[in-house]
Amino acid sequence: MRQKGQVMQRRHSEGHDPAIHSSDITPEPAFQRFQQQRRLLLTGGAALGIGALAASRIPGLLSPSITVHAQALPSVASKYTTIENQTPFAKAAGYNNFYEFGFDKSDPAKHAGTLKTRPWTVQVTGLVKKPLTLDIDTILKHRPIESRVYRHRCVEAWSMVIPWDGYSLSELINLCEPLPSAKFVQFLSLADHKQMPDLPFGYNWPYSEGLRMDEAMNPLALLTFGCYGQVLPNQNGAPIRVIVPWKYGFKSAKSIVRINFTEKMPHTTWNDQNSQEYGFYSNVNPKVDHPRWSQARERRIDSAVLPHYIPTQMFNGYGDQVASLYNGMDLKRYY
Amino acid sequence: MPKRTILILKTLVHLVCLAPLLWLVHFYRSGTLQLNPDPVNFITHFTGDWALWILLASLAITPLRRLSPRIAWLIRFRRMVGLYAFFYATLHLATYIFLFSGYDLVAVFGGIRNGHPGAIFEQWTQVWPYILDDILKRRFIQVGFLAWVILLALAVTSPSSIMRAMGGKSWQRLHLLVYLAAALAVIHYWWLVKSGVSTPWKVTVILVVLLLARAAYSASKHRSRSGTAVQVTKG
Repeated sequence: MRQKGQVMQRRHSEGHDPAIHSSDITPEPAFQRFQQQRRLLLTGGAALGIGALAASRIPGLLSPSITVHAQALPSVASKYTTIENQTPFAKAAGYNNFYEFGFDKSDPAKHAGTLKTRPWTVQVTGLVKKPLTLDIDTILKHRPIESRVYRHRCVEAWSMVIPWDGYSLSELINLCEPLPSAKFVQFLSLADHKQMPDLPFGYNWPYSEGLRMDEAMNPLALLTFGCYGQVLPNQNGAPIRVIVPWKYGFKSAKSIVRINFTEKMPHTTWNDQNSQEYGFYSNVNPKVDHPRWSQARERRIDSAVLPHYIPTQMFNGYGDQVASLYNGMDLKRYY
Repeated sequence: MPKRTILILKTLVHLVCLAPLLWLVHFYRSGTLQLNPDPVNFITHFTGDWALWILLASLAITPLRRLSPRIAWLIRFRRMVGLYAFFYATLHLATYIFLFSGYDLVAVFGGIRNGHPGAIFEQWTQVWPYILDDILKRRFIQVGFLAWVILLALAVTSPSSIMRAMGGKSWQRLHLLVYLAAALAVIHYWWLVKSGVSTPWKVTVILVVLLLARAAYSASKHRSRSGTAVQVTKG
């Protein structure tokens, strides 16, 4: 019943009250392996022994004030994991492209506190046996949460290594019972002026992303609720997002409120904005340059002050699992 | 204005213009820069932003001093501020070449310490293809680089001796290119950001206002010249 207890506590402690009970994250043997990650996380204020809400406010313009509702999200090990050095939590939670909360990558960490992640429902619409409205906690409990360390490659030529917590998207899709005619799945993010007062003009909100059905069913595509062993920080797309590790980061929609199954390829926000720069597929591909920079290499975000460049791998290094999805496709044309 | 006041004001302008750099150095040394998720990206934007703001400040001096004869002394700081704009633009370019390109400064310094100064060139041959690729293919790099080249030409011809040697007229014609440099810098910014991102709007508005102020002044001067006697204005 731990799961249920967690959910209750999460409900209880979510919201504006920054106070959180230490019992929420009391280490249990099953969580021991998260200790190191938690130590990474619990810098600043939390290091004082609060051991909970890492309201690590780093003064100065240089580092965003990262306010994080740090709640443990128990998980099991996964075979889909890389052993590369992980990006420090504070950097992963302080460098986000989440334009609903502002253009600068430090903005979401500052502004996403207004996002309310409970109550939260996800609508399932389109070509399904029966349209559904799923509660976030029902989705959370649907399958065991796995911890998967993935490479994360942004289209802007930087990358991170992040331990995400979730389960394969295919598990939820099976629950949705799409019709055989469904060829694509579209993800729509929250777009609420009240919770996102900085929602910029000039974009066709809500944020829309999509995958071909076979891409979405690939076990690597992760329905994600947490990272670093914790519930997702708001700025990272809480409470539910997808992670598609072989594609550029913008393909992985955040704060999803609707999953829509379609026969035709859905429109996607960045493709609407600039189809030359952002294709529907947007697989990580070192051979296809972005018009404004080379994609042949990437800057790995780590704890160093000097930049660390590494060569970008085809499909972000996940070719063994996903290359067959694109057999016979000209990936220069379908970028 | 007394000499002493000028000296104090000059010192003040130096301090104000150096403040961003001192701030950056301080944040590097205190270790805070390291906490920034993407330090090289931060330095690149920081130096670029300040180059542009200081360039706009130097452009604002002429229209401002025309507002009142009492602030005519502002002109004494124009060259200095312009040179600081060039200084930050050079830091911006140096950041791109020696940090953003992947040029490995640690390897170079290590090489120099171990009696292997060739590391300077080895690193250069590593990053040069990326820089060349950028210069050949990316228009935002091209306009940015062109803006820096213009500022270089203006900086080199800024000493009074060169101004005299060139002759006021041709010197002034050359230095009008500062408006082109500023326009290119703003275009560089717009071409750099993603579509829909409006962050360059502030510098754009300021530049447009400054250009309009200059155009309005030229027009009124032209009118008064064609109407009455020819007035010689010292700029």
